[in-house]
Amino acid sequence: MIALKDKSSGTILGSVTIDDQLVEFHEGETIYQIAERSRRNIPTLCYDDRLEAFGACRVCVVEVEGIRNPVASCTTLASDGMVIRTKTDTIEKYRKTLLEMVASENRDLDINELAGYASQELGTLLDLYQARNGRFKGKQSGHSNQDDKNPFILRDYDNCISCYRCVRVCAEQEGDHAINVMNRGFETQITTEFGNDLRDSQCTFCGQCVQTCPTGALTDKKAIRAKDLDGEVHKTRSVCPYCGVGCAVDILTKGERVVGIQPAMDGPANEGALCIKGQYAFDFVHHPDRLTKPLIRQPDGSFREAEWEEALQAAADGFKKVRQKHGRHSVYGIASGRAPHEAAYTMQKFMRAGFGTNYIDNCSRS
Amino acid sequence: MSNPLSDMEHPNVIFAIGTNMTECHPVAATRLKKAIARGAKMIVADPRTTRMAKIADLHLPIRVGSDVALLLAMAHVIARDDLIDPDFINARTAGGEEFLKHVQQFPPEWAAPICEVDASLIEKAARWYGEGSPAAIFYTLGITEHICGVDNVQSLCNLALMTGNLGNIGGGINPMRGQNNIQGAGDCGAVPSNFPGFQACADPENAKKFSDAYGIAIDSEKGITKVTALNNAGKDGPDGIHAMLIDGENTVVSDPDKKHCEQALRSLDHLVVIDIFMTETAQMADIVLPATAFAETDGVQTNTERRVQRLRAAVKPPGEAKPDWWIISGIAKHMETPGFEFQSARDVFNELCSLSPIYNGLNWDRIENGEYQWPVPTSEHPGTPRLHEEEFKNGRGLFKVIGYRDPAEVIDSDFPVWLTTGRRLQAYHTRTQTGRSSGIDYLLDEESLEIHPDDANAWGIDDGDFVRMSSRRGTIEIKARLTDRSPRGTVFTSFSFASVPVNILTGSGYDPVTDTAELKVCPVAIEPISNT
Ligand code: SF4
Ligand code: SF4
Repeated sequence: MIALKDKSSGTILGSVTIDDQLVEFHEGETIYQIAERSRRNIPTLCYDDRLEAFGACRVCVVEVEGIRNPVASCTTLASDGMVIRTKTDTIEKYRKTLLEMVASENRDLDINELAGYASQELGTLLDLYQARNGRFKGKQSGHSNQDDKNPFILRDYDNCISCYRCVRVCAEQEGDHAINVMNRGFETQITTEFGNDLRDSQCTFCGQCVQTCPTGALTDKKAIRAKDLDGEVHKTRSVCPYCGVGCAVDILTKGERVVGIQPAMDGPANEGALCIKGQYAFDFVHHPDRLTKPLIRQPDGSFREAEWEEALQAAADGFKKVRQKHGRHSVYGIASGRAPHEAAYTMQKFMRAGFGTNYIDNCSRS
Repeated sequence: MSNPLSDMEHPNVIFAIGTNMTECHPVAATRLKKAIARGAKMIVADPRTTRMAKIADLHLPIRVGSDVALLLAMAHVIARDDLIDPDFINARTAGGEEFLKHVQQFPPEWAAPICEVDASLIEKAARWYGEGSPAAIFYTLGITEHICGVDNVQSLCNLALMTGNLGNIGGGINPMRGQNNIQGAGDCGAVPSNFPGFQACADPENAKKFSDAYGIAIDSEKGITKVTALNNAGKDGPDGIHAMLIDGENTVVSDPDKKHCEQALRSLDHLVVIDIFMTETAQMADIVLPATAFAETDGVQTNTERRVQRLRAAVKPPGEAKPDWWIISGIAKHMETPGFEFQSARDVFNELCSLSPIYNGLNWDRIENGEYQWPVPTSEHPGTPRLHEEEFKNGRGLFKVIGYRDPAEVIDSDFPVWLTTGRRLQAYHTRTQTGRSSGIDYLLDEESLEIHPDDANAWGIDDGDFVRMSSRRGTIEIKARLTDRSPRGTVFTSFSFASVPVNILTGSGYDPVTDTAELKVCPVAIEPISNT
């Protein structure tokens, strides 16, 4: 039996049998959650574990003994003694058909990974279930709103599968309610309040809807600019350089170029969330205005480029001269609230070890 | 923050004062929205009708700079209506008796005309906070950037202490840090009063510890603040400051009283600036040294909940840019200062850990996944998500007896309008980075002055007009935007655009304890510019 590791997270209600294995569960756990915990990979499309389960895509269905039709595992609560099967032939066939239908309604099935964090989910499932065969060639649902001129989010509803993850993340995670669902069934359409551009809605351009979209219907417009750039996409875990919340991010690079940012779903401070600054304000890094060489001011007032050795020597000589002339309390250091610890630490050491003073401050006073 | 960010989803009552969180700390604000969706009540004290104010259950549109009066009156109601937590006060605090007596003088009727809000709203806020345990306080620079910034913070502490809202889940006093590593700069000792790890410079034991570690006698008294250093720049005599090393700060644009600041930097014999761009401040330097940026630097950063996280380099820096620690160490080595033989960011961080009690249990490898919140005193310690759970660092939590003071400058017939400043969602600080990121201009391409439509009407100003705004220190021109986000008699703008140097106007005064500038309050005069 798989016992619960964290006994504190709720009363243990009993156990279920999942694919012949006995598993303990606690109050409020769904079949999907138990299955995940015991490493039974159940496929999903409308599921994002930060959001309320929705039960719309039906891909996560399982068989429960004693219940005639398959049930959506993401919305069905476990009860003691349940016997669950996650991968019977019937279930797998059902899933394949479902995926084939989904595939037939979308224009693009090969989505570039730069489109967004979850953009590969549909394609991956189609491959897993060999469901790209186009058995249900037919009318495509949704309408694109590609003429929204905003520079961050491409809205191509030809690829929308009505999982409403975008709408739900905006409402549940962001609390913004910028987008909503209009109509039902085949005519379903995701739209802003008055069907106009995002800029004119409550949207804050946090990008959360893009990152949770499993099909690339919503695409990160900034990242996708790099789709034809050579090289693999690499991800490097770091932290947003803006405010003090400290959201963890994955920096997307191709070669020596930062091409995009994705939120770290397991970031301890942000748990997958970001705001417009962390999500989209990254390309200052490669701006042509970046300083690339040490600069020394010349007698005529202009700067000239210098080698490091010369510049460091000149910087040091200037401090030495002032110290000689005016004493050790005539030099002051201001550390940055933007640079990492190593900068602040060496800065204060520069003053304390170099001059024996506490003449050091940072920019928090302004 | 005394409490972790995850606690933000658990208060019953949220008291947000002087913090425009939806714009300045958006991801933290999403947690508050979740608490509200769960049924928590939010009180927002802010002169402006910000988004936070709109989603609040109770908005107190207090006059800028009147926070202490509001907080005294709230304490009065909480004491009067017996909403205090006597067990907490007895077991864990000191000075309670005197404080409770002190606040008897300040009923809401006293505060109402000062704060310019109804006494009944103050009553309501006090009762909600007093009855709401766990109740959490959140604040930002709207509390600290005043001449009475310290009084403001201590008044908030008093509220938390009298109601026992410290050390509890979903409670606490939670300053939201504005810059990514401003918490870290303090942790690392880049302040005039503390060595790394908040070890007071004035304590001779600490001075000895660092003198021994660094091999030089270090003053056992605290140094001067940046504000004093700028005031003393170029001065004759023993107080004069004649050289500065500035790392990554655009002092000239972000600091108050811009003209004074430029003059100060110009009067130095030697100014070295380390930065990633040629900022307005770097332009005044004798030597400018190019640093690596986000995505190019390995290092460590501490967030507002004291969480120590790793930054990782993903790409090579442009040209010959180098990490700040490498540059500063290079200058030190050329001055023959020993102890700067660092080979990597890891070396630097590990030295910091060895000298800082709150980091003693950490090292470069242990912070790989960012799960630690300081203090982490030993390598067995799990970290401290919540401060003050068992006891306060210095034993008991101290009540402070505080009185209300007017701002350094108040409105009069020459300068009849309050100006307050802040940030906007899409721009960060002086825009050296957001201004150079594509797409941001689509949402925010210029600065404007937010004026209440009725005021604008009275002053003969239309939406989009340019106006002249003056304070006792200078004049700027800025485009007017009519919005009822501003209350009548108060205007708002940010300091993000160099083309609208608001800080020419600010700088009326400084907190006597911290030297923090009163950036949030500045009386101004506003007149339309005639289209001739
Ligand atoms: S970017 Fe954010 S606010 Fe805008 S629609 Fe998407 S989730 Fe909602
Ligand atoms: S993503 Fe936004 S909220 Fe998060 S750290 Fe960056 S600026 Fe702050």
